[in-house]
Amino acid sequence: MLSTLYAVLFYVATVILIVGTGMKVARYARTPAPLKIPVSPAPRTKRGVWFRMFREVAFFQSLFKSNRWIWVFAVLFHFGMLLVLLRHLRYFTQPVWWWVELIQPIGVYASFAMLAGLGGLLLRRIVVPRIRYISSPSDYLMLALFLGIVLSGMGMKFLMPVDILAVKQFFLGLMRFQINELPAQPGVLIHLGLVAILMIIFPISKLLHAPGVFFAPSRTQVDNAREFRHLSAWASQLPPLPEGIPEPEEGK
Amino acid sequence: MAPLDKKEENSASGGVDEIFKIPALECGAMADTNTFAAAPEHNEPLGFPGELIDNWQEVAIAKMGELAEKNRAFQVYLDACVKCGACTDKCHYFLGTGDPKNMPVARQDLLRSVYRRYYTFAGKYFPWLVGARDLTKEVLDEWYTYYHQCSQCRRCSVACPYGIDTAEISMAAREILDTVGVGQKYCNEIIAKLKKTGNNLGLNPKALRATLEDLEEDLEDETGIPVKLPLDVKGADILLITPSADFFAEPHIDGLLGYAKVFHAAGVSWTLSSYASEAANFGMFIGSYENMREVSWRIRQAAKDLGVKRIVFGECGHAWRVGYSFLNTLAGPFDFLDQNYPIPQHIMEFTSDAIDDGLLKIDKSKNDEFIMTYHDSCNVARGSSMGRKEGGQFDLPRKVLKAVCNHFYDMDQDTIRENTFCCGGGGGLLTDDLMDLRIKGAKPRMTALQQVTTDHGVNKMAAICAICKTQFSKVMPKYGYGMDDIMSVHQLVANAVILDGQDAEEEQDAPEAAAVEEK
Repeated sequence: MLSTLYAVLFYVATVILIVGTGMKVARYARTPAPLKIPVSPAPRTKRGVWFRMFREVAFFQSLFKSNRWIWVFAVLFHFGMLLVLLRHLRYFTQPVWWWVELIQPIGVYASFAMLAGLGGLLLRRIVVPRIRYISSPSDYLMLALFLGIVLSGMGMKFLMPVDILAVKQFFLGLMRFQINELPAQPGVLIHLGLVAILMIIFPISKLLHAPGVFFAPSRTQVDNAREFRHLSAWASQLPPLPEGIPEPEEGK
Repeated sequence: MAPLDKKEENSASGGVDEIFKIPALECGAMADTNTFAAAPEHNEPLGFPGELIDNWQEVAIAKMGELAEKNRAFQVYLDACVKCGACTDKCHYFLGTGDPKNMPVARQDLLRSVYRRYYTFAGKYFPWLVGARDLTKEVLDEWYTYYHQCSQCRRCSVACPYGIDTAEISMAAREILDTVGVGQKYCNEIIAKLKKTGNNLGLNPKALRATLEDLEEDLEDETGIPVKLPLDVKGADILLITPSADFFAEPHIDGLLGYAKVFHAAGVSWTLSSYASEAANFGMFIGSYENMREVSWRIRQAAKDLGVKRIVFGECGHAWRVGYSFLNTLAGPFDFLDQNYPIPQHIMEFTSDAIDDGLLKIDKSKNDEFIMTYHDSCNVARGSSMGRKEGGQFDLPRKVLKAVCNHFYDMDQDTIRENTFCCGGGGGLLTDDLMDLRIKGAKPRMTALQQVTTDHGVNKMAAICAICKTQFSKVMPKYGYGMDDIMSVHQLVANAVILDGQDAEEEQDAPEAAAVEEK
């Protein structure tokens, strides 16, 4: 019963995550940018833009320049999460890829980095008046959700070990459309429940910053407006303006 | 929480902390600072309803949806913000006023909250959770107030990890406001005037010609050389598009005389146009693609009519953003112009090339009384470029300044180049009814200037934007400077350039002799 419930939950969450985010991305991609608005100094070539975006995504370059504390916490959280996620690949692969095997211990340490990053971001949100001012309930809840996921995950690793092999069998089963027994241990249920919630709200929340960053014209456009004419589809349909200069009323 | 990266500086003037001192939040501090509303005769020529329409709520919400469909930036920026707070201390108006709604993210949220309510799942069903709210008359009034306290300078966009640009949101908000009949007098009146006369001032061709003739006389008196300021000359090589402030305001005029001297010394034929006698394009400030296109279209028509080969822009910040980044889109393709030159070209690019080609004879000592610094105008710095290399918009003006002045010092590095502060009067806020905001918004720039004054004795600041120049000549006296302590870059060029046949040495000592030489 419980296994079926979680199986359905994860199928639904996966569909919402992929279809929902896919629809958002399609919408971003479809929406035209009527004008060239790269924030300069901006690269003059496509390659330059790739490099700029790489620096933004891999190092959070702009954040590094604008606020060092947020940058520290954001790096701890995001790159901690990246390693933790890579470590989790072992639950979806059989046999486990060699490099996933290799990073297992790093992935465990990374959970502490994630925790520290989340703690820092939450603390800032509460302590700094400017950030408290701009925060909505959803901003706190989002951090709480991540904290719940990280703490329940770490709980299973360090405090209350669970039947992880059975959990793996459950997910390997889901990937082959068969429902295996999910161990009914609180750590597992809480962790997986929160992850499913995260997947479901992804396309309707600020988590859209992840795909959004690749569609911000201010960063992704090439600075070449003088060399190449940029014209959006709707702008090219505007009625043409009159040619020529009307005679001035009083002599030139 | 002190930023980790702010270095301590052993400056007599208090170091960088003074510039970036974050004020305590003062809710509602600027809530009553409102710019004058446009009258029907200002709105209607722009294609907007004269006054607030009856079904404004419905129309505003529909317009918001339309903009999200038509503008990727608007759509993505409304979704992507994570409220990290990196932008919160970057706006000069926030630093100057302490009003939390002048923090970039808070300013965006005034509109984002409404967008969420009507266009997102979370906002429709859980408004309290994501801070979504209905569009009420109070909200509309709040938009009018705070979207007219943004100079669209993009400093916050540089700070944002996703490049979210508050300027785009503020332009969209103003367009929505215009669409329901709530326009701003300053911008809309000016655009209406331009559509009638070709410039923001409403200067007719006759008056323009008379002004230019007066200036020609001044130039000849000063140099003894008949340097021309041609108007509507068919077949000239270059059409100069310059802000109309260059025809009447100080120190703008001195910049215009500088362009004239450079063109004269370079030996090119050039002309102004009475039909397109304005570089400024306030259509950008109100976020109206159609109005911006119409204003730009005049430049194309003037260039065709006069049969010029090149278009050069004078010193004007947002005009150069429109010129560099938008003109090709709005009024192109410019296949009838000489493709060997950038279209359009900035006067700074022209002068820089002229210096490289050895076309200008320069006596730097003419500017020795000035200890200069340079204010990067926001639209030039973050919305355009110059020259052949990335960052040319920073390097070329400095190169030209250093070529004509002996004493130059940059202000603190976090207040120049892409980190520059707005003058406090950009984006359609250069109006007397916003003087309080303008003075407060100039504070970060003025503090950085005071530091180089203390440290290096800097006594003049140069800029290449008509709005910056007007704004600074008004607000610098509030910060202990004279109104003429702001200069045009080409004013300094004009001082230092020695034209062929002009006797540089004698002229000052013996004015009579110079007069005789005039033949």
